[in-house]
Amino acid sequence: MTSIYDADGKNIPCTVIQAGPCVVTQVKSEDSDGYAAVQLAFDDKKEKNTPAAMKGHFAKAKTTPKRKVIELKGFVKDWKPGDVITVDYFNNDIWLDVSGITKGKGFQGVVKRHNFSGVNDATHGQHNRNRAPGSLGASSYPSRVFKGMRMAGQTGGKKVKILNLRVMKIIPENNLLILKGSVPGSNGSYLIIEK
Amino acid sequence: MNLMDVVKEKYAAENSLPDFKAGDTITVHYKIKEGSKERIQQFRGTVLQRRGNGNTETFTVRKMSGNVGVERIFPSASPFIDKIDINKRGRVRRARIFYLRKLTGKRARIQEKKY
Repeated sequence: MTSIYDADGKNIPCTVIQAGPCVVTQVKSEDSDGYAAVQLAFDDKKEKNTPAAMKGHFAKAKTTPKRKVIELKGFVKDWKPGDVITVDYFNNDIWLDVSGITKGKGFQGVVKRHNFSGVNDATHGQHNRNRAPGSLGASSYPSRVFKGMRMAGQTGGKKVKILNLRVMKIIPENNLLILKGSVPGSNGSYLIIEK
Repeated sequence: MNLMDVVKEKYAAENSLPDFKAGDTITVHYKIKEGSKERIQQFRGTVLQRRGNGNTETFTVRKMSGNVGVERIFPSASPFIDKIDINKRGRVRRARIFYLRKLTGKRARIQEKKY
């Protein structure tokens, strides 16, 4: 992340994203595959690290091997294999949705995972209650813990979509997209950007 | 390719400050917006540190206002900075001279750099 200044001189926190060039490697249709989708490939990799089957797949679209291949649905425009989608695709957009895998935090307690407050210093003398979840519910009725009760567990490392991030700037020479705010995942991770 | 470097370069050209570092005495002329009017105010003091790089760099200026020390942190890339005058070049051994906060009177002097 970085920050840039807008027209009013306000300092805006921003994320820099390389959005493209993505190559269309396959177009799936209702007739041949049972559903309509477009397969996009992004991020060059070496030919020697590419399995022969994938080499053939990329050769079909007349492109070099790519690291990330995903399928997306719901394109309005008709794409053909070999077409390149660059950051210009977002030229007229003000708001974009970004989804990605969040940073994995491992097995975390309820304070980090569900923003419980803990009891801080009010432990009443007990030595290990500082970050405990407290009561899980009532006693003889219902005599069970309700489903979905917020407890400790694996935190992060799941897919999240952030809605309506404002486009601050587009740098077409480097295919860079500068969005206001933060996006899921660590530096260098892959994202899906939607209109 | 580092994406951040690309953005940094893009914005570096727009705002270039004179070369100053910790120990120097500078005057920062900065714009203040009051409603629709804009006026320029000056803040003169000693630079305590410059930190960060590129678009997020900031510097800290300390001055004594009467008996009270006043510190202000300016973002280097801020469009509100009109200009910066360098009044004195100080000779200090550190890049960050926070020890200056504890010193008063004659001890708080900084030797001027001789060329």
